[in-house]
Amino acid sequence: MFRNQYDTDVTTWSPAGRLFQVEYAMEAVKQGSAAIGLRSKTHVVLGCVNKANSELSSHQKKIFKVDDHIGVAIAGLTADGRVLSRYMRNECINYSFTYESPLPVGRLVVQLADKAQVCTQRSWKRPYGVGLLVAGLDESGAHLYYNCPSGNYFEYQAFAIGSRSQAAKTYLERRFESFRDTTRDNLVKDALMAIRETLQGETLKSSVCTVAVVGVGEPFHVLDQGTVQQMIDAFEIVAEQEGPAAEPDVDSGQEASAEPEPEQGAAAGEGVAPMDI
Amino acid sequence: MNFTASKQPENCLLGPESDSQRTLYPYVTGTSVVALKYKDGILMAADMGGSYGSTLRYKSVERMKPIGKHSLLGASGEISDFQEILKYLDELILYDNMWDDGNSLGPKEVHNYLTRVMYNRRNKFNPLWNSLVLGGVKKGEKYLGTVSMIGVNFEDNHVATGFGNHLARPILRQEWHENLSFEDGVKLLEKCMRVLLYRDRSAINKLQIAKITEEGMTISPPYSLKTYWEFSAFENPTQGAVGSW
Repeated sequence: MFRNQYDTDVTTWSPAGRLFQVEYAMEAVKQGSAAIGLRSKTHVVLGCVNKANSELSSHQKKIFKVDDHIGVAIAGLTADGRVLSRYMRNECINYSFTYESPLPVGRLVVQLADKAQVCTQRSWKRPYGVGLLVAGLDESGAHLYYNCPSGNYFEYQAFAIGSRSQAAKTYLERRFESFRDTTRDNLVKDALMAIRETLQGETLKSSVCTVAVVGVGEPFHVLDQGTVQQMIDAFEIVAEQEGPAAEPDVDSGQEASAEPEPEQGAAAGEGVAPMDI
Repeated sequence: MNFTASKQPENCLLGPESDSQRTLYPYVTGTSVVALKYKDGILMAADMGGSYGSTLRYKSVERMKPIGKHSLLGASGEISDFQEILKYLDELILYDNMWDDGNSLGPKEVHNYLTRVMYNRRNKFNPLWNSLVLGGVKKGEKYLGTVSMIGVNFEDNHVATGFGNHLARPILRQEWHENLSFEDGVKLLEKCMRVLLYRDRSAINKLQIAKITEEGMTISPPYSLKTYWEFSAFENPTQGAVGSW
């Protein structure tokens, strides 16, 4: 994208019918570190890559609990993300207070999208520079939505945003059909696999990622580092033990291994076709 | 000069009464509403009277109305305030439907919304002069609750307003049990309404019984209860009375 004379403010259209400021805001999302989300019928898992600026500093918080039944992962300007999380928490709490009932996630997402749209139509505002993966429950089950700075929102079975998210998306595209009916633990494992894709060769360990789960009967919570590390170890140990003849599954894009690695636990009966690597 | 001296104590925070635009007393009122949970949902009964003080002025007032797909609202107290509440709820349900997203407000949500409305009005010293009964079924779960004009709210297996609390609830406490059949529920409600008819002077013998289940709401056409006046205590009621008249 190059600078042009139509990109100075958000209220100027280009002759091609584009709002460049909004598109630049979506660029900001692409520069942020990756966040992924995937859902089954009853659970939604959010994961994100958490890199600290230096060894001395702490990680950026990118996953926020909005209510017991809703959580959000952000990519882009985390300050904007924090502010929007506060808005979402407020909306949920007000609804709960008035109706003693949880705010359906679909409605929260629309309110969020309308809020983002306002910023694309006021000359004294700028669009929010953050993409949000909203995971939540409502009457019809578990949902995953993506809200973008343009004010659009989409519902997804699985999605990834941020830098190097294409690798995760490719992995998810291959596997998403199995997500609907899978178990909660397998869903978390798939999330970790997808995060690994975005790391592109770096070792996956719990210190670089954060995982959160919400589901029917399970309030939204961030998994603690110990649990995450255990799950990572579990499927990596199986990967080492079983040789190339084992059931092929998962893990494309890892340059080191040319052989397909099996997935622990769920391997029995999954029967996924061998990858072309 | 003001001949109708309305006295307020010196330390009153209520402001001058002359510029008051708030509810002070009710004018056209409905009497008790009684409701109970039964096997398939909620049964609610209310008579059709609207009293103007001690005059039984209006005799075809419907004091129970359906709200959305899942709820039933019955009200006693000021009828015009009940109509106002119906307007608020109409708007609430309209916006809920406009989302068009498969989610809908159930009886619990409507009950809590009404609690907020009643309590906030009470805090402004401008109450909606009603006692409300809200019942409904959603996803197999039965719900029955009540809100008063000062915002007191609770849920129970059987509720009543006004005189119903004193005359009907004791009967219900004795005779209500889980999984009443429809016929038994109606019989129990009629028993309560009959006592109210004998003993509440603002009750009239023209009532409706409404039922709400998972399938929906039906309200019976108005009908009357059979009454018996040949009790010996009613004959020559003043026989043993003491007094100069």
